[in-house]
Amino acid sequence: MNFLIDFFGNPANWSGPDGIPLRFAEHLEFTGLSLLIATLIAVPLGLWIGHTGRGALVVVLSANAARALPTLGLLVLIVLLMGVGSTAPVLVPLIALAVPPILVNTYEGIRGVDPDLRDAAYGMGLRGGQVLGRVLVPVALPLILLGLRTAAIQVVATATVAAYVGLGGLGRYIIDGLATLRYELTVGGAVLVGLLALAVQGLFALIQRVCVSPGVSRRRKVR
Amino acid sequence: MDEEPLIRWEWIGNNGPLIRELVVDNVVMALAPVLVGLLVALPLGLAAVRWRWLYQPTAGVVNVVYSLPSLAVFIVLLPITGLATRTTVIVPLAFYAMAVLLPAVVDGLDSVPEHVRQSAVAMGFTPARRLLAVELPIAVPVVIAGLRVATVSSISLVSVGALVGRGGLGHLFTDGWQRQFPTPIIVGIVLIVLLAVLADLLLVLVQRWLTPWSVARTGTRKRALPRSRPAASPEREGVA
Repeated sequence: MNFLIDFFGNPANWSGPDGIPLRFAEHLEFTGLSLLIATLIAVPLGLWIGHTGRGALVVVLSANAARALPTLGLLVLIVLLMGVGSTAPVLVPLIALAVPPILVNTYEGIRGVDPDLRDAAYGMGLRGGQVLGRVLVPVALPLILLGLRTAAIQVVATATVAAYVGLGGLGRYIIDGLATLRYELTVGGAVLVGLLALAVQGLFALIQRVCVSPGVSRRRKVR
Repeated sequence: MDEEPLIRWEWIGNNGPLIRELVVDNVVMALAPVLVGLLVALPLGLAAVRWRWLYQPTAGVVNVVYSLPSLAVFIVLLPITGLATRTTVIVPLAFYAMAVLLPAVVDGLDSVPEHVRQSAVAMGFTPARRLLAVELPIAVPVVIAGLRVATVSSISLVSVGALVGRGGLGHLFTDGWQRQFPTPIIVGIVLIVLLAVLADLLLVLVQRWLTPWSVARTGTRKRALPRSRPAASPEREGVA
């Protein structure tokens, strides 16, 4: 607890290039950008595979294998080969981390829609794209959002590792604190990342409440 | 770096004992948490299925723990468990494994059809025998789906421990970075992915062995697409 008072009570930690607001902004930049790119890759791909059933085997297997990729190793290797200086090297491993949960959940969500519902939509005269947009996506939305949430939390937490190779973000406090044995920095940074992760959880709970049709969410486990 | 080849094969030959030691370390630090997680999640999941009101609060707490970054937890644990010890890495990973396995156990037990449960009661099974002989075997595929996710991410997450001095194969990443030498990093990545794929494969075999009936069933189905996990349960993985 004393560490937290030392960290948050120190005015030097609130301004300048090492200040909390700037580090926070850097962290949000890494995570936001990589999540955006991962979403743009994984959601359309997942929708397409789930809807057409094509290439499912390959994609699900490679998504499972991609989970095994150690982010730290990937980050260190890419930065070593590409050099520090831009944010691009951090984005690659973070995107690699975020794509599998989004892709698998989108695909499973679409595929898991009750076939009767799908047939009914076709029976009512909707075309393929309309069935996807008006029936499959709304019904699969809880699962798609869950994938996005998992990815977001993982990326927020893992972006701390970027500090190890000299990049910014909240991980700086953790790594610098560890290197200089200033524990209050480390604990403070860890708490900030934890808070950010919780905020992401809350944000997604809110999105879920607003976006998911009540008809869909009410179906959950009525016993 | 200009003349440095991407990979120096002789490095691997020269460092055989080190690599072997790191592999063992990595496997121990990855599997111990999964085992602990399973041992905790099983009774907890059973309790949550029996007493429904337990599930929401337990899942809430587990979710919060799960969203903490592992690097942060490693560091907060350092003063208690010590720098560069296995415990520092195993404790947080056990929590993550439990966070993945608890919903898997609950969903698995939920996947037992009501008529099967009632048939077992009608045949005179005692509750304990019904659990062991009927409900748990039916829950196996869902639990193993959770175990696969937990094991694979645990194997790869151990490497983050290198930042606090004990990361199994992750040691190769920090070592390679400090010396600006890509070979150990590549070796580390390849070995971690290999270990994960091997563990995943073993779990699939265990599942086949435990549920011989499911093989026969998927064989007759026409479109037997791989299910990485049941659609009804949330997708979770470890957080680095």
